[in-house]
This record gives sequence, C-alpha cells and structure tokens, in this order.
Amino acid sequence: MKMDLITSLYVFMLAAIIGFEVIRRITPLLHTPLMSLTNALDAIAVVGAIILVGEQKSTLATVLGTIAIVAATSNVVGGFFITDRMLKMFKASGKPKP
Amino acid sequence: MTSFPAAETMIEITYLVATALFILSLKWMSSPATARHGVWAAEFGMLLAVVGTLLNRGIVDYKWIAIALVLGSIIGIPLGMVKITAVPQRTALSHAFGALCVTLVGTAEFYLRAPAVPRFMMSVLSMEVILGSLTFTGSLMAAGKLQEILPQRPITYKGQNVVNLGMLAAAIAVAGYLVVHPDHMYLFPLIVVIPLLFGVQMIIPIGGADMPTVISLLNSYAGLSAAAMGFVLESKLLIVAGALDGASGLILSINMSKAMNRSFTNVLFGGFGQEQTAAKAGQETRAVRSATPEEAAEILAAASTVVIVPGYGMAVAQAQHKVRELYDILTKRGVDVKFGIHPVAGRMPGHMNVLLAEADIPYDKLLDMDEINGELPQTDVALIIGANDVTNPAARTDASSPIFGMPILDVDKARTVMVIKRSMAAGFAGIGNPLYYLDKTLMLFGDAKGFVGSIVRELSGGGSHG
Repeated sequence: MKMDLITSLYVFMLAAIIGFEVIRRITPLLHTPLMSLTNALDAIAVVGAIILVGEQKSTLATVLGTIAIVAATSNVVGGFFITDRMLKMFKASGKPKP
Repeated sequence: MTSFPAAETMIEITYLVATALFILSLKWMSSPATARHGVWAAEFGMLLAVVGTLLNRGIVDYKWIAIALVLGSIIGIPLGMVKITAVPQRTALSHAFGALCVTLVGTAEFYLRAPAVPRFMMSVLSMEVILGSLTFTGSLMAAGKLQEILPQRPITYKGQNVVNLGMLAAAIAVAGYLVVHPDHMYLFPLIVVIPLLFGVQMIIPIGGADMPTVISLLNSYAGLSAAAMGFVLESKLLIVAGALDGASGLILSINMSKAMNRSFTNVLFGGFGQEQTAAKAGQETRAVRSATPEEAAEILAAASTVVIVPGYGMAVAQAQHKVRELYDILTKRGVDVKFGIHPVAGRMPGHMNVLLAEADIPYDKLLDMDEINGELPQTDVALIIGANDVTNPAARTDASSPIFGMPILDVDKARTVMVIKRSMAAGFAGIGNPLYYLDKTLMLFGDAKGFVGSIVRELSGGGSHG
C-alpha cells in the first residue's frame, strides 16, 4: 500500500514534468486543438468507469458508472473528431494563386 | 484483479503503450506539420487502453458497458461536428463531461469502500470529487455564457468573494473531517453539493473577455481531478493522462493571465473594470476621423505591407471568410498581408487561429504577438477588425488604466491605422481607447463582415491603381 502511494506520486511527478516540457513547446497557433486533444486524453477515465460497471458490485456503482462511461465516451469521440477537423484546416502557404 | 497473470500482464502492456502514445501525441502537436499524427497516435492509444480494459477478468457483465459506449459515441459525434465558431462552448461542455465522469466514479468508489477508507485514499478521493464537481458546474456555466444562453456580462455583488471562499473552505473542511472519520458517510454528499454550488458561483462574476483564462483553468482542474482519480484507482495510465491535461491547462492559464497582466486570483476574484465603466464613459467625445470603404480600399491598395488584427468582434460578425477574400485580393496585388494574433483575442486560447485557418488563410501568415510587434513599426497599414483592448496603447502609457501593463499589439506604431467598429461605444471592458483619436487612425464604422465585403468589392470592381 505504502509502496503504491509512492509509485503513484513518482508517476504523477514525472508525467507532470514531461507534460510541462512538451506542452511548453507547442505553438500558440495550435492552442485550441491542444485543449480539445488533452481533453479527449483525459477521457481515458472511461477505463475506470468500465471496470466499475463491469464488476457490478452495487446498483449505485453500476448506475453512476454507466452515466460516467457515456460522458467520457462522448468526450473521446467528439474530442478526437473535432481536433482532427481543426488540424486539417491548418495549411501552409504552398502555391500562391496566379 | 488477479485470476490470470498472463492476461493481467497483457492489459498492463496495453496501458503502457497507450501512455507512451499519449506523450508522443503531445510532442507531435508542437508543429502543424505533424499535429495530425498526434491525434492518430492518441486515438490508437485510447483504443488499445479501452480494449485492454474490456479484457479485465473482473468484468462480469458487458451489457451496460456496451449500451453506455454506444450512447456516448452517439452523443460524441454531433459534438465533434459543431461549427468551428462554436468550439469555445463545445470545449467548455467537454470539460463538464470529463468532470462529470470523474465525480460519478469518485462517488461510486467512496460508497464501495466506505466506511473503512484509508486516510490517503480518502484525501485523493475528496480531491477528485471536489475538483470534479466544481469543474462540472463551472464548465456548464462557462458553456452557457459562451453560447449566450446566460448573460455574458460579469455579475457581481457585495461580499461575493467572501461567500465563494467560504463555500470552498467549507467543502475542504468537511473533506478533512471525512479523512479522519471516514465512517461519517452521511457527510459525503456535502463534498459533492458544496463544490457544485461553488462552481456556479465561481463563473457568475466572469465576463467574456476573461473566458480564455477561465476555460484554461477549468481544463487544468479537469485534468487534476482525473489524476486524482488515477491515485484512487491506482491507475498509472490515468495519472499520466490527468497530469498531462493538468499541465497543459496550467500552462495555458499562465499564458492567458500573463497576456492580460493579471493573476489567477485577480481573474477569479475581481470583476473586471467595473468601476471604470462609469468613470470613463462620459469623457470620450473628442472627434475622430472616419473613412468610407472606397477610401479604405485605396489606402490598402497603395500599401506594401498590411497587418490585420482580428478580435472577438470578427468572430461575432462571422467576417473571417470576407477577411480571406480581402487577403487573397491584396496578396494578388503584391501586398504583403500578415495577421497579428493576441494571445487572449477571442474566447479561448488559439481561437482566432482556428477561425482563420478554417477560412483557408495559411498558418504561416498568422503571427503571435511577439513576432508581429517586431514588424509593426515597418508596416504601412494596420487593419483592426473587432479587436479593442488588445490594441489599446493606454496599456503602455496610462498608469490609471485598468489594463495598464497588459502586453498589447503595437498597432499605433504602424504608419496608418484603420479600425472597423460598429460605433464609438466603449469596448467590452468599458475602457476608452486613445488609439481611435490618433491623427493616423481612420475609423471605419460598420459591421465587420459588411465593411470588409465593401472593401473587397471596391478592390475587385473599381480597378483603381493606387
């Protein structure tokens, strides 16, 4: 138990540092798609909800978990979809029209 | 959790790969050239993790999981297809959904574990639920304001900050008590309900111009609550995803606050420019110079460098496609046209870039504040469309101005300044803009879309060789 806590804190610390370093370098040009992408990643919380519903330990857990899966899945699907749509629109000025 | 070691290991490996893909996806987001690879990597990682989870031996029933996954996808598709102009409210709504998921799972986990919840577990569980609940209602409020279902003006009242801080303190106090006495289960609903109310209260005093900061802050909270959920479930994947989202939201919040020269606490606890509105309104009756679309077209055609500064007004007027026509026609005539984008232009970070990219303006013409400020002194014409405070030179010169110290686009250094604006009414924050009274400034009164359209007509039809 104590070991798990320390491991979790290590993981959090390392991920936060990597996150800061990687995300700091992202151009302001893409900050809107960045936000919709990280929001979709965040919806990985769906894995917690899936186990909660699947284990069926209590009716409350199943009901709350089911709603949670719906909410998170809509973020995954909608988030990736709109991020890709936005990124598709960013084009460099390749050939100037005559 | 532990019936079949091989399957367990397999699942852990899918999580490990998913984690790596998530980090790589953010790395690829650093450039528009590779950004779409980032989305594909993240999608693949997500798919792997979900499939891996479905193999979990602890799952005894798939019916509700399947129904929920299908229902979520059905809701998600239209949310992915909203118009680009609706992206800020869609983003706020998705923060609300993410937070809802986290709060519900946290609540369910508490009642499964109570009354014997270890102290550390109870602390992270409280954090998960408190952050989740306040982000849920806060984001719904923000989405409502952005969609203009709710009034956009900040609503403030006496003692507001005391009430808000009091609510937050009460929620934390109850959580602290539960950490020590987790058997007092009847208290748990309080750490859901109080933050839900706090979330509403938190957004009530926020005005439209502060939305970029607030939406970033909510993004950060959503990430941190997910990370807390990762601690509760001992899921490294979730801790990493939450930490990445939290870091991203925090970086954006810091950027936005810096761009407004304000601290987080100031954004959250000070209604913007309230007292200023009344003070400044009366005194701005000086004369300004205005120009017709024909005159504006002539000046633009005679220029060799033009910088267009878009703001939220451009988005409201849906003028971005007309602006693209103007860009095309000027570029064709050999005018060098660039765009100067202030970090807080619009309603969320990067808002203007997405709108202009949708209108097919090449992204290498969209320059951020530092880049464009180096070029503005050599620019012939700065054309401001629907932006106000971010161009206000009072931020540099007038120590009494509420926006004093805020970094601005130095449009007043261009040789000629043209401002498209509906009327001389004060801007969102009610602050007068001395830019409009400069000798080199021409006011173009009218609707952004209509006015730019008239300029385009002049340039294409008139054939005047300025």
